Amino acid sequence: MDTGRPHFEVGTKLDPWTDAPLSISDFVRYQGASGDMNPIHHDSSFAESAGFPGPFAVGMLTAGIAASYVTSSFGPESIRRFRVRWRELGWPGDVMTYAGTVTDIRQGSERPELEVVVTVTRQNGEPHLTAWAAVVAPSDEDV
Amino acid sequence: MGSFRALEARPGPGIGEPFRMVVEEGKILEFARAVRADLPEHRGPNAIAPATFLAACAHWMSEENSGWKGQRRDFRRVLHGEQEFVLPSGPPRAGTELVGQQRIERIYHKRGKRGGMMKFTDVVTEFSDGDGHLVATMRSTSIETETDVDLSDSEGGT
Repeated sequence: MDTGRPHFEVGTKLDPWTDAPLSISDFVRYQGASGDMNPIHHDSSFAESAGFPGPFAVGMLTAGIAASYVTSSFGPESIRRFRVRWRELGWPGDVMTYAGTVTDIRQGSERPELEVVVTVTRQNGEPHLTAWAAVVAPSDEDV
Repeated sequence: MGSFRALEARPGPGIGEPFRMVVEEGKILEFARAVRADLPEHRGPNAIAPATFLAACAHWMSEENSGWKGQRRDFRRVLHGEQEFVLPSGPPRAGTELVGQQRIERIYHKRGKRGGMMKFTDVVTEFSDGDGHLVATMRSTSIETETDVDLSDSEGGT
């Protein structure tokens, strides 16, 4: 029966999503929301004094967007674990593409639990981060 | 799920004082907007927090609540290597009152790609509800380069 809902199995790829170019305004908005006011993400002279060409992206911003990318498919209440490892810095103007693959399905304590690996890449193809998410399936019929 | 009482660690070196954090509708809205989470579930009096929302606990913490208390950190030399959120019953909803406690879990060293030494610190923050049940664990790994080492020597990190 076609319920119209997506069906997930190991190897299912989520539709990739490309964000608008990152801006220092994005960094500042995230920093205000999160309370992490490290000036290296918005203060040019501070970033330069640390040996960087300028402010670079807040890692937790792109991590948070990666989590939003996952929950846009499974719903925000579905997430049980989210881990991220950063690979390379992100910069103002970077156009990040988010892509996800279901790599495992196991029986959880409630419903089937899916493991989703998310990669975020910069416009030049360089990896920015990898994230691993565990989500409970929207319903038993969807896996 | 999470049906055991979270152990409250005795504050001391590397262990912060417990702190209160209220999950607020407006803060969820602000945070969700910042991380492009535009689903309707993030709005309203029963709003659910985005997966990484507990990073905003920084707003509820003072020096004595930090696992880093008493340590000076030079933000010119610190990168964020990894971050993990464990949410046994999903993210908290607006109106939830949490008690958080942060501690330094582990410190270790690795050599970077170009030979410089890097210090890794895992910091854990545990969040319990009013009944003392553990509802979320946040683990953060920061990377600090030793003096005179270029940050670009580190493997990854932001």
